[in-house]
This record gives sequence, structure tokens and C-alpha cells, in this order.
Amino acid sequence: MTPFLGRVRVMPRAGLLDPQGHAVAHALAALGFAGVGDVHVGRTLEIRLDGENAEQVRGRLREMCERLIANPVTEDFTIDAVEAAP
Amino acid sequence: MKVAVVRFPGSNCDADALHAARLAGHAAEFVWHRETGLGGADVVVLPGGFSYGDYLRPGAIARFSPVMQAVIAHARMGGPVIGICNGFQILCEAHLLPGQLVRNAGLAFVCREVTIRVESTATPFTARYAAGQILRMPVAHGDGRFVADEPTLDRLEDEGRVVFRYVGSGPNGALRDIAGIRNEAGNVLGMMPHPERAVEPLLGSADGAPLFGFAAALAVIA
Repeated sequence: MTPFLGRVRVMPRAGLLDPQGHAVAHALAALGFAGVGDVHVGRTLEIRLDGENAEQVRGRLREMCERLIANPVTEDFTIDAVEAAP
Repeated sequence: MKVAVVRFPGSNCDADALHAARLAGHAAEFVWHRETGLGGADVVVLPGGFSYGDYLRPGAIARFSPVMQAVIAHARMGGPVIGICNGFQILCEAHLLPGQLVRNAGLAFVCREVTIRVESTATPFTARYAAGQILRMPVAHGDGRFVADEPTLDRLEDEGRVVFRYVGSGPNGALRDIAGIRNEAGNVLGMMPHPERAVEPLLGSADGAPLFGFAAALAVIA
């Protein structure tokens, strides 16, 4: 078993109303940042876990996302990185 | 009837729900989230609040509480379950109801009285209302915007499973103004408004009281 660090990103599904993103976009415009388009607010999770290899760890992270971390009704998840834990 | 009001860490409408059930003449008791049984309850209430601090998503962690396995088994056997506010969010996360409750369209936490219409009386909780009846009761939520994909929404409508709908300007931007839905069998109801906070005229409305009159309602269903 090797210690890994997985980084998982969860974002609101494209096309769904994202009121948080809208609010941030408005606030950026109010601060004078020109040319700001759509903003989407999601979350990133860093998960330390032991595994056989990166492929197996990726599979477990995917299962975690499907069962708990993301809600398939409104969110999409991406496994951004699986690397050796520092 | 025996009523179990489930308490999660962060529940805050549990005492109100217990009061409402007792006022309706039931033997109501709290059941802690770490329990694995429901104490022989006939009816389960998942109350409002912020179970587990709403961490990750409202209801996402509560769904895996030991007691929820018993609640899911109870629901699958046809036992009546009502989820109010955070309880509704938990029922969606537990897949006992479709869809999800997401952040209010206006972002703000909304705490005010709303007007809702009874769209379905085919649940143990709404059998004492008339279809089309207009009710006044409070909402108090930040994540109450009901969403589901279009086919799911159409199916809910076609099968008469929209139980309550906001009348006038709704508080959260819910799709199709949905305030409450039921499962296919009709024994599981989820709703964002708080009927337990509207069970006596002193509270400003008693429109929620009939919802807790399960005994007569169950007889109707049976």
C-alpha cells in the first residue's frame, strides 16, 4: 500500500442556474474588473488515501464521488490529480 | 399512532415537530440519529434544521446515519415518512425522493410565510385536505430550490406526485413552483414549508395541523 493524494473537483452542471457564480461575477464587475464573463463556483477536495497504484486509487475516488461527494442530479465531478502523497 | 421524530446533530425543528404530533394526539418520541431502530413507530418525521452543519450538501451526510437505514427500510415497506425542510433534503439525498434542493435562486436565506396549494391528497399526510386547498405556513431555508431534470419533472406532474406548489412569487425559484413531492407509493412526502410551525392560531396559522392527523388519513388510504 502506498499513500496517495487525490484531488477531486465538483462543479455545478453546465446549464444549471448557478446563483453563487452570478453573485461573484456581479461583485467582480462592481470592483471594476472589466470583461468578466460567466463565473462558476464549485469545490475542490484533497483526499489522502492508501492504494495499490494510481489506477486503483482513481477508481476508489470515482466511487466516493458517485456515492457521496457529488450529487448526480446537479453536479459533475472531475478527478484532477492522483499523486504520491507528500 | 406512534410517531418517531428523528434528531440529527443540527436538527432544530425537532421539538416543534414533536409538539405538533402530540397536539394531534399521537405518542411521539425523539429518536437519536445513532439508533438503528425506530422504536416501533408507525410514522417517521425527519424534521428541519441543519443536520451535520449542511456540510458538503444539505442532507448529504445525514443520509448515512445509522437511523436512516431503518427509515429507508420503513419507507420501502410502505411506512409513512415525512421530511420537512432539511428532512426533505435528506429524503432526496437518500434517493427516497427524486431531485435535489439547491441554493435559493436569490441566494438569501428566506424566512417568511408563504402560500401553497394542495395538489395531491393521495398521501397519509394530505388526505385531510381538499385538492386545491390554499394553505399559509412559514418557510425558513437557504437551500430550497427544487430541481430535477425535465423528464423527472414531467413524470412527477403526470403521476400526480407534486403535492404542494407555491402560489404567487415563490421563495426560492423552485422549478415548476414545487414546494413538496411524494414517492410513487405515496407514503413518503417531502416539503420545504414548515407545517409543524403552523399548528395553532397562536402561531399565526393552524393550516399545518391537519397534516399531523395521520390516523384518520391512514384509514382512508387503507
